[in-house]
Amino acid sequence: MAWNEPGNGSGKDKDPWGQKKNNQGPPDLDEVIKNILNKVSGFFGGGGSVNGGIIIAIALVASVVLYVGYGFYKVEAGNEGIVLRLGKYYQTTKPGLNWAPRFIDTVEMVDIANVRYQEIGFTTLGSGRAKTNEGESLMLTQDENIIDVRLTVQYIARDSEDFALKVRDPTLTLKEITESALREVVGSSKMDDVLTEGRVAIAQQTKEKIQSALDFYGTGILINSVNFQDIQPPEQVQDAFADAIKAREDKERLINNANAYKNQVIPKAKGESARLTQDAEGYKASVVESAQGEADRFLALLKEYQKAPEVTRERMYLSAMGDIMDNSSKVMIDVKGGNNIFYIPLEKGTLQKSKKRGMDKVVEDIIAPAAPAAVYGSSSNGGSGTTSRSGRSSRNERSR
Amino acid sequence: MGKKSIIFIVFVIIAVLGINASVFTVSEKELAIKFKFGEIVRSDYKPGVHFMFPVINEVKKFDARLLLLDAKPERFLTKEKKNVIVDAFVKWKIIDPFLFYTKVKGSEEQASIRLSQIVQGGLRDQFGEREIQEVISGERAGIMSFITEEADTAARDFGIRVVDVRIKRIDLPLQVSDSVYRRMRADRAKVASELRAQGGEEAEVIRSEADKQRTVILAEAYRDAERIRGDGDAKATDTYAKAFGKDKEFYSFTKSMEAYKKSFSNKDDMIVVQPDSEFFKYFGSTKAK
Repeated sequence: MAWNEPGNGSGKDKDPWGQKKNNQGPPDLDEVIKNILNKVSGFFGGGGSVNGGIIIAIALVASVVLYVGYGFYKVEAGNEGIVLRLGKYYQTTKPGLNWAPRFIDTVEMVDIANVRYQEIGFTTLGSGRAKTNEGESLMLTQDENIIDVRLTVQYIARDSEDFALKVRDPTLTLKEITESALREVVGSSKMDDVLTEGRVAIAQQTKEKIQSALDFYGTGILINSVNFQDIQPPEQVQDAFADAIKAREDKERLINNANAYKNQVIPKAKGESARLTQDAEGYKASVVESAQGEADRFLALLKEYQKAPEVTRERMYLSAMGDIMDNSSKVMIDVKGGNNIFYIPLEKGTLQKSKKRGMDKVVEDIIAPAAPAAVYGSSSNGGSGTTSRSGRSSRNERSR
Repeated sequence: MGKKSIIFIVFVIIAVLGINASVFTVSEKELAIKFKFGEIVRSDYKPGVHFMFPVINEVKKFDARLLLLDAKPERFLTKEKKNVIVDAFVKWKIIDPFLFYTKVKGSEEQASIRLSQIVQGGLRDQFGEREIQEVISGERAGIMSFITEEADTAARDFGIRVVDVRIKRIDLPLQVSDSVYRRMRADRAKVASELRAQGGEEAEVIRSEADKQRTVILAEAYRDAERIRGDGDAKATDTYAKAFGKDKEFYSFTKSMEAYKKSFSNKDDMIVVQPDSEFFKYFGSTKAK
């Protein structure tokens, strides 16, 4: 029956062991012989007078042709055929058309080019969805934390002979070894390492462990790569981990804000500093220059003054006094000259002040009638200025 | 002719049937034992074609490949009386079909039961001597190779070679897992608050550093400004002193005049004068004085 399974021979059936019970010779032999017998006896029954020898010869030739014809088989590209002659390994055949004697040889196809994969911790369901296998994905780390790991192993059947003959169910074996190796490696790593920078190293160690076990068992499998699909804390604690990550960002943010503050405050202070210095420079220049100017003016004046000191002095005095008299109110008291005219331009405010001070009543009587007409300073400035003026005069009094 | 051919054909058929019944193949993947009326007569077949007498002999075949036994997860106590659930698997193969047939009736299932008993017992002993930490990380490989050896020795009696015993999973029971999760949460919360506190601290350091720098910069600027002002004042004073020192009396005269003018520059300022001051010396007469 082994030969009558082209599906098996052409490698369509991915599991070469599914048919293992049918690979024995004897039952096939029975059936084929019965077929031949039926044919031959059919001929005999049909034409009794025909020469039996010729018929037998034809039958024999036909069966030989059939035998040889049924011996051809095809090895698909990327496959290898493992030929067992009478149960014993005989040869490995390459892709193309091959021939093996029926009943004597059995052939098993092994796909050695196909990169197969094994998923741990999840199962891809197609169309982007995946089912989690919690029992597989959750594992303990060295520091007794639990993490959720999903990984895939990509592998090929490197040694088709070993793959076909040495181990029953090499694929399942690979899965079990992968789980064992992964947990061993994760179990001797700290959680933080697994979650962050240790990933690559862990994948590498896992790969080495898997490969050495596979070689030890003689599975004929070569691991191409071990890839972590996902390493994360378990669902139950993910929010706490997310918060820790957020805290890291918060820290950065606080520091950045402080730096921004610094970058704002210091240049501002430098600006203020420059302003202070410049102001001082300006003050210095103004003080020095005005001093120089005043000094120069004085020296120039002095030079001329020295030429005629008396006259100059007189002139300067009169000019100054003239300006002063010109610009201020005056009260002239010429008692000695016997002149009885008094110009006392006292304001009302000044008058009231005098009252409070307890000025002599007689003086008040003398002064009062003359006051309204005489206070020309007040009339020229208008009544509104009165209070403010009195305020100032009081201030003057105090400072005196 | 006809009879001859019939006889020939019958002969061929009988021969073929006879050969077929008395020949058996042992494949690379198989082991075989031959019985003679129920008694095992041969068990060391190599792959290939072998003969037997039909009816008298009987042949049984076993899988010669490496077999897998996935033991059921079992609960073990560690040294510190913590429960762990351990899932292990065993790679084994039949090496002596004679023993295998006689001791476990040639049944893989029977053999698996015995093997798991041996392995579980070994694991229980090993876990009981170790703490959970050691089991998870450091000594996993050691336990595995020890048990492999132990199980192998025991299994030889059944004609079995134990190639490898591997611990697949070591899990904590559900209640313990929950407490682990709680601890992990607490750990993270600690880390988070530490990070935030660190951030606050560093930010405060930066801010205070900035404030200090500002104060220093301003103080230095004030110092420099005052120096400059002082310098200017000194120069001015020097200039004044040099110039005015040439005639002190004249200086005080001119300065006084200026000051008077400045003091009485407003109409509101009132002066009460007597005409006998020098300014009024011609006020009453034109006589030269």
